[in-house]
Amino acid sequence: MAAPVPQMLTANRLRDGDVLYWKSGAWVESLKDGEIFHEAAPANAALTAAQAYVGDNVVVNPYLFDVRMDASGIHPVKEREIIRAAGPSVRDDLGKQATDPSVRPVPRPVPRAAQPKDDDVSI
Amino acid sequence: MYRYDEFDARFVAERVEQFRGQVARRLSGELNEDQFKPLRLMNGLYLQLHAYMLRIAVPYGTLSAKQLRMLAHIARKYDKGYGHFTTRQNIQFNWPKLVDVPDILADLATVEMHAIQTSGNCIRNVTADHFAGAAADEIEDPRPIAEIIRQWSSLHPEFSFLPRKFKIAVGGSPNDRAALKFHDMALEIVKNDAGETGYRVYVGGGMGRTPYIGYVVGDFVAKPDILAFLESVMRVYNEQGRRDNLYKSRIKILANALGPDEMRRQTMVEFEEIKKAGTLQVPREELHRIDAYFAPPEFEPLPDEMPASDVDFENWLKTNVAKHRAPGYAIATISLKPIGGVPGDATHEQLDALADLMDRFGMSEIRVSHEQNLVLPHVKKRDLPAIFARLKELGLATPNAGLITDIIACPGLDYCDLANARSIPIAQKISERFADLDRQHHIGELKIKISGCINACGHHHAGHIGILGVDKKGVEFYQLQLGGSGAEDASIGEIMGPGFGQDDIADAVERVIGCYLELRKDGERFLDTYRRVGMTPFKNVAYGQDLHAAY
Repeated sequence: MAAPVPQMLTANRLRDGDVLYWKSGAWVESLKDGEIFHEAAPANAALTAAQAYVGDNVVVNPYLFDVRMDASGIHPVKEREIIRAAGPSVRDDLGKQATDPSVRPVPRPVPRAAQPKDDDVSI
Repeated sequence: MYRYDEFDARFVAERVEQFRGQVARRLSGELNEDQFKPLRLMNGLYLQLHAYMLRIAVPYGTLSAKQLRMLAHIARKYDKGYGHFTTRQNIQFNWPKLVDVPDILADLATVEMHAIQTSGNCIRNVTADHFAGAAADEIEDPRPIAEIIRQWSSLHPEFSFLPRKFKIAVGGSPNDRAALKFHDMALEIVKNDAGETGYRVYVGGGMGRTPYIGYVVGDFVAKPDILAFLESVMRVYNEQGRRDNLYKSRIKILANALGPDEMRRQTMVEFEEIKKAGTLQVPREELHRIDAYFAPPEFEPLPDEMPASDVDFENWLKTNVAKHRAPGYAIATISLKPIGGVPGDATHEQLDALADLMDRFGMSEIRVSHEQNLVLPHVKKRDLPAIFARLKELGLATPNAGLITDIIACPGLDYCDLANARSIPIAQKISERFADLDRQHHIGELKIKISGCINACGHHHAGHIGILGVDKKGVEFYQLQLGGSGAEDASIGEIMGPGFGQDDIADAVERVIGCYLELRKDGERFLDTYRRVGMTPFKNVAYGQDLHAAY
């Protein structure tokens, strides 16, 4: 059986909408400080625990997302989460990357042969 | 332009205080998110990827210098120094804090602006031709009826919980600059054989997942009857529009299912009912009263010659200056599409400076176009060189209106919670690829429109070249569509085939353009050539050496 994909837990702060990450029962503002779950059980337990913060009107919409790790750190798998973690890809003076360049995404060259072909046009 | 009366001012002020209370109750926990979300959406407040986003209505795209300064103030004080003009002539701020939004709305109310009905299943902000009141080809200024529709539809009790959102546009010229046929409902001002002006009413247009071109449901609706007629269409929709399936809930689905004859019949049944009751007649005096707000400025008798200047100015004239109805005047388009820039963005410094420019040259209005540019509608030709020089200093003099780098793009995955792929970087790549102005002129009129998801905020269905971003297993792909048009010759673009990777899409567009330049006949725009030769020759080159791999 394949190992589960590592996950992190995120939400938006109610007062200002800022992106937050779960760490040991509380929230931090930077992806690199967040907690990584290597198993489904603790990830789901954290998601359940996060509901208390929803009830207390601290955050909205907590959810889990997939990450990968390499020598340079933690990286969200999906572009959406890469952008949430850093800021708009077209303005590095905006979002979290503006004050912490270390959260800027590293280029991820995808070998052409490995690119899935978009053969579904029946949208 | 329209000024709030006592009722308008009180209504907007009360709404601000209502929302202030709602935000306070949300923060204290009296309201949970499920209860609060519809309330914030009714005030144009979304939660996006990085932060909240506030969408502010710019009715029929018209702004005063005072309002422009307020938008600059909001960008500076509450946001991150810029705003984003949208394809519905609104402005969005991408970084407001929830706790600040009541104060933002209070500030907006001081200049007769708000964010009401910029979201939700209601009649949204009414859009209009951005050349309204100025265009040489105009029958009549469409903004007075747009204002009447705004007043009729604001908090209309019957239409506050429609099956889905409802977008209305109005045009006053046979040349459609408002994408009328892609709206849920649209009014085109026309003349009948007796020389009277009235309205041709279209219904059932739309983009999104299922694009349709609207059809005529009323050939000539007399002016006093227009609200009764619109209400009739709305009643047919409100009663029969589907509420069981989000993807089938827009009026375009109903209009297409009923067909033009049945839609007309049902509309006329409702219309006769309303007429019998004698309600919803717009009194002539009220029409005149609203008309007076939109009276054009006193045009001075001026010589009609265009002043000469340098090459840069001449290039700007070619594309960004349009014919005005009054001799000695012109319409100037301010491009918000600098090469490699973010389409539709303007900084607070630019907004303030434009307001100063308006004051300096005695211009009372500026317009927002659905093509994400700004427009100075009444410019004295003799002032054009000085205005151009100032725009150049501000980085707002890109001479590309209607050319390949004048690209519409939605915010896409860089900001939007609904997006599947980024739009802005693709617009930037294409803009940079075709930056050479001589090359742009050689290509001629070409409208590229990019959406980051199937909701089509970037109007990709109506692009001569449309680009739709899709997500395939976590990778962004871009489908090309060719042959769309949002103008009077409206058409829906045809999907070429499999999508291109983000590093390949600009190459594909370039190959399509190369094919067009080889095939075009004298005077043909890209769209004309496409309509003559069809998709095949473009498809044959677009995929380059990957063509066979793709199939």
